[in-house]
Amino acid sequence: MLITQYCLIKPPEIRLNGSVIFDHPTSEPPEFLKSAYRNLKINYPKFFKMDALCKLAFLSAEVLLKNQEITHRYDAQEIGIILQNSSSSLETDEKHQESINDRQNYFPSPSVFVYTLPNVMVGEIAIKHRIKGENAVLICKMPDARQLYEYVYDHFLQNRFKCCITGRVESYHNKTSVSLMLVEKEETATSLVKPKKMCIFDLSNFERIFNKAI
Amino acid sequence: MSICNFTASFKDMRRVYFGADNVITSLGFTTAENAEQVLKGRTGIALTTDERLCPGPLAFSGIKDDLLDEKVREFIGKSHCTSSFTRLEKIFILSILNALTGNPIDPANPRTIFIFSTTKGNIDLLEIYRRKFFEPDRVHLWRMAEVITQFFGSPNKPFIISNACISGSVAIMAASRLITSGRYDQAIVTGGDILSEFIVSGFQSFQALSPVACSPFDAHRTGLSLGEGCGTVILTADANIAVHHRAVEYLGGATTNDANHISGPSRDGEGLTLAISAAMKEAGVSSEEIDFISAHGTATPFNDEMESLALDRAGLSPVPVNSFKGYIGHTLGAAGIIETILSAFSIRNNILFKSAGYTKNGVSRPLNIITDNRYQPVRRVLKTASGFGGCNAAIVIGN
Repeated sequence: MLITQYCLIKPPEIRLNGSVIFDHPTSEPPEFLKSAYRNLKINYPKFFKMDALCKLAFLSAEVLLKNQEITHRYDAQEIGIILQNSSSSLETDEKHQESINDRQNYFPSPSVFVYTLPNVMVGEIAIKHRIKGENAVLICKMPDARQLYEYVYDHFLQNRFKCCITGRVESYHNKTSVSLMLVEKEETATSLVKPKKMCIFDLSNFERIFNKAI
Repeated sequence: MSICNFTASFKDMRRVYFGADNVITSLGFTTAENAEQVLKGRTGIALTTDERLCPGPLAFSGIKDDLLDEKVREFIGKSHCTSSFTRLEKIFILSILNALTGNPIDPANPRTIFIFSTTKGNIDLLEIYRRKFFEPDRVHLWRMAEVITQFFGSPNKPFIISNACISGSVAIMAASRLITSGRYDQAIVTGGDILSEFIVSGFQSFQALSPVACSPFDAHRTGLSLGEGCGTVILTADANIAVHHRAVEYLGGATTNDANHISGPSRDGEGLTLAISAAMKEAGVSSEEIDFISAHGTATPFNDEMESLALDRAGLSPVPVNSFKGYIGHTLGAAGIIETILSAFSIRNNILFKSAGYTKNGVSRPLNIITDNRYQPVRRVLKTASGFGGCNAAIVIGN
């Protein structure tokens, strides 16, 4: 297996395969996400309905998958999305809780409640890129490259997917970071044009890239 | 570990067996108690007014606090009753303790991994008046899992799956892969969720809740009933530890995504069909070999319709099917585990459980809904689940 692309987000920067592709002077998450969306010339109005966690996951997947044509190279169900984070959807959970704290001023909203699950970020990526394979969100206190690596590795070995979008997407108040990788089976990955950026999907490479955004 | 050795060990393909288990719901504190109530046709869903959850009456399946406290005093000890653990943690600990009773699995063994499944964990701690009793990070899923694994002396970092309503099924699949690959010898797989104003208000805002006990697949179904619960099952590579004279094995599983909508099931059931066929393929089982399907069956109009389409597309509409939701409600992150445990009970005892609340077909592809408990050989079971975020899961177990 090969890591064919990686995207790192740590405000004020977004990096693709190590190169800065976006840099914003203010690193406040809402402003950062909005300006990255505009700057990267994405046109997807649903973006503005998403919570911060989904916006972040969505943006990083846009960067990661641009020009990769993965859905041309794989069947939709051969592509997996396995993500890890620490705070689940807690920021939106707090928002939903605020809407019900006062029975005299009670306004729970389905458009907020739907984002009180961390795997909705997987759903948002899946919808945009038409990805239908294995999907899961693992929760882990500290970034844990080994746990995620082993989980993804076992799925490759047990033929659960041929291509996987995997990494850590963290968004809780001012804590914003992403390290997202595209991992592919060698025989299908090498049909790509620019093999120089690729590296072997082993624990040390995975860990090295994974920890860059922390 | 080198990749070469690892691949070689994988080719041996260790088998994964279902060991002891436990189910805690409004119907009881053990698997046997729950199965007995289900066999009697009792539903734990009742119309109750509980100010903690919402101002008006609500039909839900809740674990009684006095019973819970009694069990906590009996099994965990008096000092822990009110102070050390949250309500959900107490339920998790009771469930795991019961599953471990009388079998040789050591939770503190480094070859034993804990796998947690929950949608919202200790989310009730966000409520203003509850906050002061616990440290702020207790609302994090990892902290809840840490507290529980520390209680059992586990040296390993727990796996925590939070994947909406398929979490429990994903946890079982994750455990099986970790055992198959040889990383661990046994897994304590535990899934739980309790009801809180947080969850109830959210489902109410979706207008998804039924005013009476839910009636999956029925023509007059009026939405879902929420339930609290916890299920724990020990998965093991050791066939000798597998309890009962009829060993139940994990045979295959898959998750998929609809890639269609974040809060509604797909209209055509394609995502679930893909999960079912991938799971059956991995299990090496054809649709004719499935004896029973434990469906997700939430009793919302869209879910049940979607499931009927998916089962029909997978060639499974003649197979006896039920939903356990009419007895215990939708137990969210626990559902996949509780319903798989009850499915294993079906296999061990050759019994098909009636689907509660069903009288008349209410889906466009008629299914073979089980309308009376009956004894007949049950060898292979398919468990399905779907959830927010467009996710679907299917598991095949058998003996």
